[in-house]
Amino acid sequence: MTSRKTLLTCLAMLALSAIGCGKKEEAPAPTEPGTPAAPEAPAADKPLTIGFIYVGPRDDFGYNQAHSEGAKAIAALPGVKILEEEKVPETMDVQKTMESMINIEGASVLFPTSFGYWDPHILKVAEKYPNVLFFHCGGMYDAAKHPKNVGSYFGYIDEAEYLNGIVAAHATKSKKLGFIAAKPIPQVLRNINAFTLGARSVKPDITVTAVFTGDWSLPVKEADAANSLIDQGIDVLTMHVDSPKVIVQTAEKRNVYSVGYHTSQAALAPKGYLTGAQWNWSKVYEAYLKTVKDKAPIEHLVRGGLASGFVTTSAYGPAVSEEAKAAAEKVKAEMMAGKFVIFKAGIKDNKGAVMVPADMVQTDPVLESMGYLVEGVIGSTGTGT
Amino acid sequence: MSSDLGLWGIPIAMLGGMIRVSTPYMFVSLGETITEKSGRINLGLEGTLLIGAVSAYGVSYKTGSPWLGVLAAGACGIVLGMVHAWLCSRPRVSDIAVGIAMMLFGMGLSFFVGKPLIQPEAPQLPAIELASFSDIPALREALRVNPLFLLGIALAFFLHWAFASTRIGLVLRMAGESKDAARALGYSVERVRMLATMAGGFLSGIGGSFLSLYYPGIWNEGLSSGQGLIAVALVIFARWNPMYCFYASLLYGAAGSLGTALQSAGVDVSPHLLNAAPAALTLAIMIATCSRDRALVGAPRELTVGA
Amino acid sequence: MSRMWQWAAPAATLGIELGALLVATVLFAIFLAFVGAEPFAVFGDMYTGAFGSAFAAQDSLARAAPLMLTALCTALPARLGMVVIGNEGALLLGGLAAAATAMALPAGLSPSVVLPALLLAGALAGAVWIAFSGFLRERRGVNETISSLLLFYIGLAIFLYLVEGPLRDPSSLNKPSTYPVGDANMLGDVPGMDVHLGLLFGLIACVISYVLMEHTTFGFAARVTGGNLRAARVMGLPVTRLVLITCALAGGAAGLAGAVEITAIHGSANATLYAGLGFAGILVSFVARHHALAIIPVAIMMGGIEASGGILQRRHDLPDAAVDVFKGILFLVILASETYVGKAEEAVQRMAAKYAAEANAQRAAAPAPVEKKSEAST
Repeated sequence: MTSRKTLLTCLAMLALSAIGCGKKEEAPAPTEPGTPAAPEAPAADKPLTIGFIYVGPRDDFGYNQAHSEGAKAIAALPGVKILEEEKVPETMDVQKTMESMINIEGASVLFPTSFGYWDPHILKVAEKYPNVLFFHCGGMYDAAKHPKNVGSYFGYIDEAEYLNGIVAAHATKSKKLGFIAAKPIPQVLRNINAFTLGARSVKPDITVTAVFTGDWSLPVKEADAANSLIDQGIDVLTMHVDSPKVIVQTAEKRNVYSVGYHTSQAALAPKGYLTGAQWNWSKVYEAYLKTVKDKAPIEHLVRGGLASGFVTTSAYGPAVSEEAKAAAEKVKAEMMAGKFVIFKAGIKDNKGAVMVPADMVQTDPVLESMGYLVEGVIGSTGTGT
Repeated sequence: MSSDLGLWGIPIAMLGGMIRVSTPYMFVSLGETITEKSGRINLGLEGTLLIGAVSAYGVSYKTGSPWLGVLAAGACGIVLGMVHAWLCSRPRVSDIAVGIAMMLFGMGLSFFVGKPLIQPEAPQLPAIELASFSDIPALREALRVNPLFLLGIALAFFLHWAFASTRIGLVLRMAGESKDAARALGYSVERVRMLATMAGGFLSGIGGSFLSLYYPGIWNEGLSSGQGLIAVALVIFARWNPMYCFYASLLYGAAGSLGTALQSAGVDVSPHLLNAAPAALTLAIMIATCSRDRALVGAPRELTVGA
Repeated sequence: MSRMWQWAAPAATLGIELGALLVATVLFAIFLAFVGAEPFAVFGDMYTGAFGSAFAAQDSLARAAPLMLTALCTALPARLGMVVIGNEGALLLGGLAAAATAMALPAGLSPSVVLPALLLAGALAGAVWIAFSGFLRERRGVNETISSLLLFYIGLAIFLYLVEGPLRDPSSLNKPSTYPVGDANMLGDVPGMDVHLGLLFGLIACVISYVLMEHTTFGFAARVTGGNLRAARVMGLPVTRLVLITCALAGGAAGLAGAVEITAIHGSANATLYAGLGFAGILVSFVARHHALAIIPVAIMMGGIEASGGILQRRHDLPDAAVDVFKGILFLVILASETYVGKAEEAVQRMAAKYAAEANAQRAAAPAPVEKKSEAST
């Protein structure tokens, strides 16, 4: 009986699909893969359609919100139409989302913002649509391996983390800082290290306890970690998770200081928020937009720090002393002038081995594969290195 | 001032975790105990928990009163319980299937409704300090309990007594043990089960409100990590005994906080393995205590769960 | 003539299910109107996104492919009366096994050896995992719903720990993954389509499961056991063996789905494999009433609903959870319609019997000679 029923159902579905495929003739122009929805300068009235894809909600007070704020900034520009899609998982879903934006909405520039979209998803779709541009946050573009219509951008937010460390060091009384992060990957480790180096440049015996929750958005674990760290005497918390909201709120509830990340969480902690490290993606997006409009060749590997305006620091909160502000501003000025080195020669990891043989400039690609925690961090990368 | 607790921080953090994290488990498992004692299994409590959390957060945000939020959560739980009970009362409908459907529906609806609530902050439930005598801030914090936790304990005791010694408890158990006996005495089995499911939903909704209005005190789609589902497992694991539900919830809360407590004290552990500690523990205990013949001692005979 | 009646019952059931789909659509429309969206426009766009073009249709098929396999993980044990919800755990461990096997095999082997080995490893890992749940039920009386759920949490932990720890490829940097299985060893697409071969595996697996359950002694024994466990034991059926084999097959399907995800899409195992495909399979199985063939159209429908989610976000500013609400309503309405299905079947049988009785009566009343034997009914 079931087989007959299934047969009937399949016939029905075939009929539906036939109608659907028949509709293809009337569907808007770009329906086959590879059909150029070329990123030419908009023919007077046709706007440039740009698609943004987020892995989480775009109002998460964190990672996705930072990108969405950048998107909003360019949406306000003339001749630009943006599409946004959130909560797209890093699976075949994002490939289909990208193709759907290209095929159905005619997008010609895409910004898939989550790191996990890069390989294999963006690379695969980019090869299929050579006339669409794909810009990815955090990927490491390699001209030998990757298609030409792809670019990757990232910011040296560790510069802001270093400044965060300085401010935190001035505020702490227990000389114990806490860093809650998702996973021990290079981008995270670089932030933890910069924060620690900044703090220890003020008080060399400061320790930073690093706790890894295991994933990017685990509110209960983040709250647990915050409470456990505070129980251990830590009085300044910072983090690298997708949404810092829980940690900042917990810190405020328990009267400890907090330092933010991704975007400003000052509104959540009016007393305890010291400062934070923020992205300023609108700068990057505007620059790309200009390149596209001018039909100039795209820059494949875009990196920048405080000096380029890709990252900024949050405004100082009420608890930050004048001394702290002065110290941070001094270093900031040196960074802006391009004279400051965070990863100096002789830096050891927390097991005692020297990891940095000579001063490293921020643009050194080796820094993007960092796999250790510096001296002063209590915690492990979990890899046995 | 800084207190260097070192390794002492671990049990204190676990104590705090035990109290904080266990509360939703307690409410959901106690609610499910009532439902299952009447002979029906409600797997949809994960959805009820989330709807409870989002409605509590929303109502608290709009009205400024977290307790109104808790009531709203309970009310939503009652409604969902009614839907579940009505669907299951129809012939040829499997209550396990309905439970899974309600879970999916509840999850989808709560995420949908909760979209605008991710950013704002809602007024939170107050806490009661139990250890104000102590000098150790960590201990004070661990014993800073929410009234709901105390309510949960009271509820466990109450249910334990009520199942055995009140007429309602007896009727409830009859509906679960033998439909015919209940009918013979003039009670409508369907009505008893509907009321039991509504009560279960009410408590689960309140459990959800705890998550969004106290700990962790936000609305976010990652808020629940399967607490509703695990709570149903807890009920079976606790042999439908409210006191055991309470102890099991505490155990779960402590096991859940173990990972971050260890890391904060500087012990090198993988967050992933410890995240599974509660599940592994429950499974191990179930394997040890079940046996093929005595499989579900204490199981209400009308319950569709069983080998 | 009675042939027609043989089609009437399934057609009636199908009609009821389509009616349920319609009711669910109406309820969803009311919901949409309530939240301020445009119901007709939304449905139009859902159709466009699901089946409205060749691209959309293939999108739906690609999303349906893993669901067919993971749904079997719930459907097969369901015929035995068991409720297994640990599909996600089996899928993850299947993916892990595929990636790990790729690492363990010596380099330089031909892809026609490596790829089947990876898929087989994935299926085996999943099979062991769910069979363990069945084993616990038979040996220790542990409820399989609970044990398979707990095993999912444990499996997830093992997966994440290994993939981001001991089995991690150091060059995978910011996206901790196992070593890639190698481009040569990846699963290709269905010829002429933009969908990977996993779709064919799903279709074949469903057909084989159907044959197994409906047309073999094994399947018959399984269904008898599912109908009445005590009777089956009394009759001497090898219940334990049935349980273990069915669970192994179920887990094998889900494990295969995981291996397919790795070899067709991801290329290595990492945390993004955990995307709810196993849980979605549970829903598909229940809506298909655990019948293997029915899983195919249901999976395609679910794939279509998922595929349309993006358009709803972009054009109607609806949260992605809108499609989840629709799926939830659909599931609930279909469950509620179960009651009518039974009544419809009875009604059709009554009508068929009545018709046959009338036909017989007419033949009896008419003059005998011409042997025009019209077939007896049913």
